Amino acid sequence: MAKLILSMDGLVLKEIPLTKERTTIGRKPHNDIQIDNLAVSGEHAVIVTILNDSFLEDLGSTNGTVVNGNPIKKHFLQNNDVIELGKYKLKFVGEAAPAAAADKADFEKTMVLRPSAMKAAADQAKAMGGGAQAAVAQRAAASQQVASAAAAAGVADKDITKTTPPAPKPAGQPLGAIQLLSGANAGKELELTKPLTTLGKPGVQVAVLTRRPQGYFITHVEGANRPMVNGQQIGPAPHALKDHDVIELAGVKMEFFLKA
Amino acid sequence: MDLTQVLEIASCTDPGMVRSHNEDSIAADAANGLVVLADGMGGYNAGEVASGMATTVIVTEMQQILANASPYQIDPRTNQEIARRLVREQVLKANTSIYQAAQSQPQYAGMGTTLVVALFYDNRVLVAHLGDSRLYLLRQNTLKQITRDHSLLQEQIDSGLITADQAKHAQHKNLVTRALGIDPSVEPEIHEYPARPGDLFLLCSDGLNDMVDDEDIAMTLQALGANLNLAAQQLVQMANDNGGRDNVSVILVRVLREYPGARGVMAKVFAWLK
Repeated sequence: MAKLILSMDGLVLKEIPLTKERTTIGRKPHNDIQIDNLAVSGEHAVIVTILNDSFLEDLGSTNGTVVNGNPIKKHFLQNNDVIELGKYKLKFVGEAAPAAAADKADFEKTMVLRPSAMKAAADQAKAMGGGAQAAVAQRAAASQQVASAAAAAGVADKDITKTTPPAPKPAGQPLGAIQLLSGANAGKELELTKPLTTLGKPGVQVAVLTRRPQGYFITHVEGANRPMVNGQQIGPAPHALKDHDVIELAGVKMEFFLKA
Repeated sequence: MDLTQVLEIASCTDPGMVRSHNEDSIAADAANGLVVLADGMGGYNAGEVASGMATTVIVTEMQQILANASPYQIDPRTNQEIARRLVREQVLKANTSIYQAAQSQPQYAGMGTTLVVALFYDNRVLVAHLGDSRLYLLRQNTLKQITRDHSLLQEQIDSGLITADQAKHAQHKNLVTRALGIDPSVEPEIHEYPARPGDLFLLCSDGLNDMVDDEDIAMTLQALGANLNLAAQQLVQMANDNGGRDNVSVILVRVLREYPGARGVMAKVFAWLK
């Protein structure tokens, strides 16, 4: 269960498990966590806990609520977040703490298991099995980006083939798309939801658009000529695409743009 | 038989986003149809030493032997092809070298390495592996994992303790049950598979398959198969974009055409022509 550790000047005063759905924090005695200090408002903040997730909300306090040095109105509490109320500090220790540590541990250096050590580790693995669930949530985001088959979109003469169901986009990254400006399919739009989208005619000229955390890139794959971006032939290295760049590939012009 | 015209090989190795050293080691000898990938382990730089020794020993020893012999030659004593015995012997030799170095030099104590070796000959590929470095095959646009990890996780899957899906999120991904250089003796797992024109083989360290889903690996190989170097770089980049928590290494080998071994009279004629 998640808990808060109340401390002042580095001295731990008490531990408060978050058992209730709403845990109120304030100066007045009816609060679940009462902090008798003038810097703390009567009803200062509340922590709403739903299943394993805890949210901190400032209740319009006079001096505000600060988490990890940043003033907040609403905040999704994460393991080891420090809530500051005047001189007091509340450290949030999430339930997922051991799992988060384990998630790191599973990428520890590769080690060999000797038969003698094997049994102990197997037992440990079984005992820690529960931690896997929290790791699931973290990784789910990554695996959701997985688009299914690589449908090469032939732009020249053929239709844009097989539109795969759009994968949920990674948070904070705008979705890119291309719109054909010339050729038989002029006006058609293709959303770049997959990590990789190939464009062009195999055997003639092919380029790949890669979706990365830093944005979209175009890279030459095959063909004698490299694709043009804004009238300039790109180099052999991946070329970062900017909003409204015009790409020319296998005789077809298309515009790259970012969707809001 | 020189396989440089038969096999297209591309490789890429990277320390990843977190580690400062690259403890992976890769080697390829297209002429002899040999590729080796090793993922070292052990403190300080011992991991690099172990994986480097593994690839160097196996490649140089194999080169010497294959200069005067063909893998599909029949051994008169056992009446079997020499390939399997050759590969096994070189793996054991590498094991002994690493083990002895680890025993004699305190800074290398406990070092070891995973290994995957692929030897192409006579329309086939012989695969030897130890630990959790893998060989995949993309054939007709389907990606299949050929090797089975020697790891605690794989044993748990095999015994039915966990499902393959749970394994993706399990801990102890890092525990291998067999490795090179840890014990005085070791038994590599060796299998032989047919290799056809168009086949694309992928050797990789766990830094790739831990960070990138098989589906994404398959998509990359399908989309960028026309440009193997780019495909190799893209795979490493995807692992790094997903966090790159371990060293990442990939070797891609595409079979361009058939390569039956020359036998009997023809072999003698070719040998004479040389």
